[in-house]
This record gives sequence, structure tokens and C-alpha cells, in this order.
Amino acid sequence: MGFFGSLMGALPGAMAQGMLWGVMAVGVFLTFRILDVADLTVDGSLACGGAVCVMLIRGGADPWPALLCAVGAGVLAGLCTGLLHTRCGIPAILSGILTQLALYSVNLRILGGKANQPVSVDKYPLAVSQRYVRELSVQNPILPAAVLLLLLIGGLYWYFGTERGCAVRAVGANAGMARAQGIDTRRATVAGLMLSNGLVAGAGGLLAQYQGAADVNMGRGAIVIGLAAVIIGEVLFSGVFRNFALKMTAVVIGAVLYYIVLQIVLQLGLNTNDLKLLTAAVVAVFLALPAWKERLRRSKRGGGKTNA
Amino acid sequence: MLELKEITKTFHPGTVNARRALDRLSLTLEEGEFVTVIGGNGAGKSTLLNAVAGAFPIDGGQILLDGQDVTHMPEHRRAAFLGRVFQDPMMGTAPTMQIDENLALAARRGRRRGLKWGVTRAEREEYRALLAGLGLGLEDRMSAKVGLLSGGQRQALTLLMATVRRPKLLLLDEHTAALDPKTAGKVLELSQQIVRRDGLTTLMITHNMKDAIACGSRLIMMDGGRIVLDLAGEEKRRLTVADLLERFSAASGREEAEDKLLLS
Repeated sequence: MGFFGSLMGALPGAMAQGMLWGVMAVGVFLTFRILDVADLTVDGSLACGGAVCVMLIRGGADPWPALLCAVGAGVLAGLCTGLLHTRCGIPAILSGILTQLALYSVNLRILGGKANQPVSVDKYPLAVSQRYVRELSVQNPILPAAVLLLLLIGGLYWYFGTERGCAVRAVGANAGMARAQGIDTRRATVAGLMLSNGLVAGAGGLLAQYQGAADVNMGRGAIVIGLAAVIIGEVLFSGVFRNFALKMTAVVIGAVLYYIVLQIVLQLGLNTNDLKLLTAAVVAVFLALPAWKERLRRSKRGGGKTNA
Repeated sequence: MLELKEITKTFHPGTVNARRALDRLSLTLEEGEFVTVIGGNGAGKSTLLNAVAGAFPIDGGQILLDGQDVTHMPEHRRAAFLGRVFQDPMMGTAPTMQIDENLALAARRGRRRGLKWGVTRAEREEYRALLAGLGLGLEDRMSAKVGLLSGGQRQALTLLMATVRRPKLLLLDEHTAALDPKTAGKVLELSQQIVRRDGLTTLMITHNMKDAIACGSRLIMMDGGRIVLDLAGEEKRRLTVADLLERFSAASGREEAEDKLLLS
């Protein structure tokens, strides 16, 4: 009873956190699945969004405009990675790592030279806060998170149905074909990276408000959590969710489930220090599954031939 | 329509692997001409088409399309004037997108892409009619992902995409070579139909000498990055495979012509 009791108590928090990380995971989904690029900028842009948002709120800005500025900062980070990749010929992964590394210094500057800056819900009117996560009120962070996710998924669904969005999808699906159809693949790649990092930085701004502080290390391993959400969503729903909006919803559900499972293993007594190892292992296994399946299929087919 | 002036391309210049794929090649295509291109492996046929399409910059010479110098125009801008079908059926389409979405992408070639819908309802009707013309039943599967189609279906679709907006020049790069003989025959017939219907200026590479003779209004043969034979009109009509082999030996000054052309 003690176990379930504390688990139920932790559920709303896991839910809210999962939804906010869901915003980030949708950003990862855009680069990883639509653009077919593994973008490591996100670790830096998440912290950058948090830093910008918190410092602006501390400076007296309203939380929503501050969040918008956080998104803008992420868009710039994506632009930086995109230009390094498409104009300087640096491989996408390395471009992301370079921007991420540079962002560490930038984020420290934004945070006024400190590794951590608090933003208390007592002093500032925050958009989302952990404080109210178990309350049945309009202040509960799950409510604005749900509304934001709906708007986000709706907006992206519309965008990727437009001529421009279709062009971005084509670049990810077959870059050579996209060029033959008159699409500037470099521009589309940069646009995709900007959009994705904008979302990730926005998620960073929300998470910083939620936990009441921005930390220069808050983005460490974010890409892996994002990928975990994408993969959990795909494994559970790929059979049912074919529609693009539903696929993004699956990613968000993946992020929520990730945090719920996290709560369960923590309640079961897992050492918090081992968490990243566990996450990395789980993501590695699920990323390897398609290759393993293919090998199994082939060896089976080969066996069939020798029998015939 | 197309004018190539002494274009040159060397791959891996300055290394032991340096290979001159195009050697001061000049060629002029008149409006409405259908030219078939043959030659052995490494003769420079694909390099020629890719140079025209802008897949890589050329080392020297000039490329004019409809009087406009496109030598330094990037590939995606040049695409506005071109329709392309590749040897590999996987190359011409986006596998994770729907049939109608692929066609819609092609229909916007050379136009500004804005925030209007990527595929409109009116377009879908237009595509349904186009697809029905293929006789492959694709008109009833317009929302299927292209990755689910067979190689022949994908090539037929790529051909539709290449011509859904009339290109100034159609580039066919051995587009039937990867298909089984029956499907290859169908796709080739379809190509000829469309070219004839729209009066398209066409450059078609083929490994099949019979096809090269049977199709089009003019035939060129390449060797070592140059054009070694250029036949049109009555001369082309009376051509046989045996003639072609003989003339290849004479033109290239080599005996192994037969092997090189037939086995490749």
C-alpha cells in the first residue's frame, strides 16, 4: 500500500513533467524522423531556453513573452547548427555538438555567470509550476501544458501539410529527389533545424519554470530522453497511429510514459545516479531492434532456401 | 533547346584515380528532338545527363537551356526546366510520402512554395485521371505510401512526376534498366507516348541498342567522354544493331566494340 500510495502521489508530477518533455520530444521527432538528422544541438538549446526564460522573468517580463523569447533563442541555435552543416559542409552530428558546446558558454553568460538561477513561484507569476501539480485548479500545470500541446500538434499538422512543409518532408525522405523537384534541400534542412530547436528551447523555458530554476546542465542527455519518447511512442502506437498528428501525439504519450516508468523504477529503489545508464541502454536496445529484426528475417529466409 | 559547348568534367582530378568523364563535348538539341544515347560503361553517358541536371559543377564549357546560360545554376533551380527519371526506381520518389503528395511536389517544381495546402482537392482529381492513364490501378491508391509500390510502378510514377509540368527537357537515365523485361517494355512505351503527346525534347540513355534504334529521332553514341557517332533522320531509320556495332568499332578505332556494347 505504501508503494502504490507514493506512486499515485507521484503520478501527477510525472504526468506534467512528461507533457513538458513531450514538447521537447516533438522537436526531436521533427529532426530525427522527418528530416532524418540526429541533431545534438538540443541538449544546449533546452538549457538555453530555460536560461533565457528565467532571466527575463527575473528581470520583470511576463512568463509568456519570456517563453516566446526562449523559443527565439532556440531558433537561433538551430540556425547556427544548420549553417554549420549546410554552408560549411560539417556533418550534421558534429555541427550539433559544436553548437551545443558553444551554447554551454553562452548559457552561462545568460545566467549571469552562475550555473543555476532560481525563479520562485512566490515572487513571479509563472505559466507552469510544480507547486500546483496536485491541485484541482486552473493553476495546475497540466492544464496549460495540454492546451499548448494541442496547439502545437495542430500547428505542426497544418504546417507539414502545406507546400513548404511537404518540401521539408521530401528532403528528409529523399534529398536527391527533392533537388530534382526544385527544392532547395539546404534551406529546408536549416528551416527544420530552426523549428525543432525552437520547440526544444520552448520546452526548456517551460521546464525551468516548472522546477523553479534554470540550470546550465538541465539539458544534459536531453536528446536521449527525446529519442526515448519517440521510440516508446512508435513501439506502442506505430500499428494504430498512421496519421501525422496522431504520430506526434504518440511521441507525447511516449514522454509521459517515460516519466511514469521512471517514477516506478525509482520507487522500486533504483539509484538516481544509475538513471542515465538505464535510459541510454533502453534507447540503444530499441534503436537496434529494426536491424536485429532484419537480420533475423534474412537468416530465416536463408534457412528456407537450404530446406527447399 | 539544349546547347552544350565543349563541356569537360574530370572526376578525382590530380589523383591516380583521375578520370576524364566528359572531354570537350559539344551537342545541340533542337526543340522536340528525341535523342537516344548509347555507349559502353564509363563512356560518360550518365555524367552527361548529370552535368545537364547540375548534380555537380563542370570543369569547363557552357550549358545553355532554351538560350539561357545555366552553367552555374544550382541543381534545384535548374530543376524548374527539367524532368528527370533515374536508373534506380528508388531515386525518383519519396518513399514515406503518398502517391498524390509525390505528384504534388513535382507539380510545384520551379514555383514558389508557400503556406497553401501541399495537395489540393482539385489537384487530386487531376492526378486521379493521370494515374488512370497508366493502367496500373494506382488511381485508387493515391493515399498509399510510394514505398509500397513495385519498381515498375515507381518508375511509371516518376515518369508522370517528370512530365506533370511540361519540362523544357526530359532526361531519362537508363530508366528501364533495373526493371524486368516486360515491365521495362511497358515503361518505355509509356515514355514514348508521353514524349509524343507533349512533343517533349528528350535525352534518353539506354543500354539496349534495339531500343536506341527504335526510339526517338536521333541517336548518339559516346565513348571516352566524347560523341563518336551522331545519326538522325533517314540514316537512323535504316540502322540495324549490326551496323551500329560496326560503326562503333570504326568510330572508336577499337575491336572490342561488340563486347563493350553488348555485355555492358
